[in-house]
Amino acid sequence: MEIETLLPALAFYLFAGVAVISALMVVIARNPVRSVLFLIMTFFSAAALFVMLGAEFLALLLIVVYVGAVAVLFLFVVMMLDVDFVELKQGFAEYLPLGALLSFVLAVELIILGATFRIPKEFVAQTPITADVSNIEAFGRVLYTDYAFFFEAAGLILLVAMIGAILLTLSTKKDVKRQKVCEQVSRTPKDGLKRVDVKPGEGI
Amino acid sequence: MEIGLAHYLAVAAILFTIGVFGIFVNRKNVVVILMSVELILLSVNINLVAFSAHLGDLAGQIFALFVLTVAAAEAAVGLAILVVYFRNRGDISVDHINLMKG
Repeated sequence: MEIETLLPALAFYLFAGVAVISALMVVIARNPVRSVLFLIMTFFSAAALFVMLGAEFLALLLIVVYVGAVAVLFLFVVMMLDVDFVELKQGFAEYLPLGALLSFVLAVELIILGATFRIPKEFVAQTPITADVSNIEAFGRVLYTDYAFFFEAAGLILLVAMIGAILLTLSTKKDVKRQKVCEQVSRTPKDGLKRVDVKPGEGI
Repeated sequence: MEIGLAHYLAVAAILFTIGVFGIFVNRKNVVVILMSVELILLSVNINLVAFSAHLGDLAGQIFALFVLTVAAAEAAVGLAILVVYFRNRGDISVDHINLMKG
């Protein structure tokens, strides 16, 4: 067999195997911190698969967004929550047989569906991938023109998520002094200053 | 030995199934359930990108980008809810999570 077909196949099986095994470890790991680390490994392997498919921009985005932000967020939360690791795995053995059976059936069905799928002949690409522009350039040309409104909507979703997360986790403590910007700004010399007539020899 | 669309679809199917399996078996740990949801969304992204590459159409990759955005927002809000839930109850079990309603 030629090396040109063998190498991509080897790389595919390597990355796919690592992705699947580490995804399984995410689910069955006893320690949630390990789950997060295996999740990072899964995303790395998936990014490699994306590169093999020619989607370099999405691959790098996956690493930046997931490994850089989401996985670190998970890690923070897991380490912040002081939970008992033994208690977390209760019920695991109880649900394991049924879950494994159903998952196996689902996987077989999906794989059969994927293997028997054929692209219809009359399919025409709306935004064809051309060889003369790079992946990210093609992305930018389409994203800011045809999909501009969807792009804005995505930004809105992120804004809402940010406000929601801040609102949910914001806790106001009574003992803490806070800034009251409105009161501070609307303060006049009249409110802050008081003239006291001090008589000599008596004090205030 | 040529790697085609079906191979990528198979990987995505297995990852999707592992995500569903993770939701099934981790009844006491909402963090792992959120991670399973992330796995499911990742498998969807692999599907989209595989189809995009196979059909020579960039729209699949654009859609994968939006899925990525929504997944990040979902993770942030989900973890925020989890932190509030833990603050109120002291554990992260799914069994009592129906207390959150009304």
